Amino acid sequence: MTRLSANVHGWLLLLPAAVLLAAFTHVPAVATFWHSLHTTPKGNRPARFVGLRQYETMVQDPVFWQAMWNNFLYALFTIPASVVLAMLMALWVNQRLAGRGFLRMSYFVPTVLPLIAVANIWLFFYVPDYGLVDVFTRVLGFGPTNWLGQRDTVLGALMVMTVWKEAGFFMIFYLAALQQLPPSLSEAAALEGASRWYFFRRVIFPLLMPTTLFVLVNAIINSFRLVDHIVALTKGGPDNASALLLFYIFEVAFKFWDTGYASALTMVLLAMLALLALGQYFFLEKRVHYR
Amino acid sequence: MQVSCDARISRGAGGFDVSEIVLEGVSKRWGETTAVDGVSLRVPAGSFVVLLGPSGCGKSTTLRLVAGLEAASSGRILIDGRDVTALPPSARGVSMVFQSYALFPHLSVAENIVFGLRVRRLSREERERRLERATALLGLGGLLERKPSQLSGGQQQRVALGRAIVAETPVCLMDEPLSNLDAQLRQEMRREIRALQRQLGITLVYVTHDQVEAMTMADRVVLMRGGRVEQDASPAEIYARPATSFAARFIGTPPMNLARLADSPAGAVVRGSAGPALLPGRGDGLVAGVRPESLRLVDATHHGALEAEVLSAEYLGADTVLACRVGEEQLSLRAPGQVTPAPGARVRIAVEPGSLHVFDAASGRRVDGGAATAP
Repeated sequence: MTRLSANVHGWLLLLPAAVLLAAFTHVPAVATFWHSLHTTPKGNRPARFVGLRQYETMVQDPVFWQAMWNNFLYALFTIPASVVLAMLMALWVNQRLAGRGFLRMSYFVPTVLPLIAVANIWLFFYVPDYGLVDVFTRVLGFGPTNWLGQRDTVLGALMVMTVWKEAGFFMIFYLAALQQLPPSLSEAAALEGASRWYFFRRVIFPLLMPTTLFVLVNAIINSFRLVDHIVALTKGGPDNASALLLFYIFEVAFKFWDTGYASALTMVLLAMLALLALGQYFFLEKRVHYR
Repeated sequence: MQVSCDARISRGAGGFDVSEIVLEGVSKRWGETTAVDGVSLRVPAGSFVVLLGPSGCGKSTTLRLVAGLEAASSGRILIDGRDVTALPPSARGVSMVFQSYALFPHLSVAENIVFGLRVRRLSREERERRLERATALLGLGGLLERKPSQLSGGQQQRVALGRAIVAETPVCLMDEPLSNLDAQLRQEMRREIRALQRQLGITLVYVTHDQVEAMTMADRVVLMRGGRVEQDASPAEIYARPATSFAARFIGTPPMNLARLADSPAGAVVRGSAGPALLPGRGDGLVAGVRPESLRLVDATHHGALEAEVLSAEYLGADTVLACRVGEEQLSLRAPGQVTPAPGARVRIAVEPGSLHVFDAASGRRVDGGAATAP
């Protein structure tokens, strides 16, 4: 085979994947960027090139900043909480204990449920006065609270629900990683008299790092990606207190039909996710031991 | 200077305390299965004892019981006169080398070796001193910064040994430590481990299914089968006077020939053969054991030889192993050099005087008094 035909051969092999990737990822991304430099076409008025005007509007848009801030808080709380909880649950159900299969399953159930169904369940929990949460708080002597109807509590309520859903999913990865660890490692540590905490800190935790990296990437993406529960529970309200970035994009694009502005918002979301992914792979990679 | 008043504690050649290990009727059961069934044995301080047996015989479980990685269902385990049956592994004063080495893949060689010393909060100077000593003993210099995955199997094995050595415990347990190495390396490590044990003077309990390892390394071999001790003796004794037909077959390559005997007017003959008689008296219900190296080919003039037919010949270099049929039984014969009787050829086999072992066919127990004497 000549050099040229070998090259052609290689490209042909890559072609199907490249076409799919380009058609559904790269072209839309570039198109979105192109749209974000234009006004929104309306009826008899075609789109007009306006440069960075959409982005200038964004900087002055208080709702955008509110959504950004909400999303930041949301990520800041739900990511560590669900990852830590997932690890703890995995460590627990990895032991020999009665009803282990049942426990593993019940932790995983929230993951199997669609987010909309989860939101419906939690809607019942959060109902003022006779919802599950209020029933408990009443026992403790608190009055009824409208968890989803107040600026102060709505984002927190959504975060708790997200952690509940995400932790079980991440637990499966940790459980799989834990079961890969040969039992002789813990036996070797037991012979040396290492406490469980010491063994976790020096051996298990570092060996779980590849899983943690994977889970973190997923958790961050999910914190920007999941909006179904907002649609079902709060519609971003009250007063945008529970609006996350993607939900705001959804509103701008499909409620206000301002596609130009929505494109600009999307570009910001894309840029942020790209930066986070790069950062994770470059900084965390060095601290991760792969076998 | 304080002198220890406990007579059981003695100092090994390496300056460590050495301890004897005693098992008294130790059993381990999981539900219906009994892995270890009333094992009693004594491992003298500073000795090298090999637990030998086929897989599933309970040798590894016995070792794990001593280590404390399994809890005994009944019986007592004493290390250095102290009842450790209920103590956790770390309180027993034992170190262990695992079959899989159990190295921590994310830690460097040095960190792997001193892992236990850090757990025990030894001072930095002490850690360095012990690490240096183990490194020198095992020839690990230059590898200390590597990760286990960057080492060869033999090097990983040495790191595992190093971790056991730096613990400076009086007892070291090894669970098939050489089974993951190639034949060449295994032979080398065999010698090295034996030398190390002598040098440090520790009590070493070593589990293997390889009888060559047992014969070459052990002071005492504990042969196990079905959770029980089949024979507990020195390698020379277990070879020269196997207590059962199982022990006879397990030790030695090729294994000892076991031929069923039958009654005849002249005495006990190999079943299905016309004679000559191997033993005076009855032969039914008895099994004669004879090692391939105690048989030799003789010519027609030799008196009292067995008539045999050659089935196959296996040339091994220094000698040849012939499989022959005598009566209804098959005997292997080790002849020096290269002898090539064609399969089907008729040969005559002489049994070296005094090399016969006699076992009861039903129980497998040795029944003769002193036919064979230990060299």
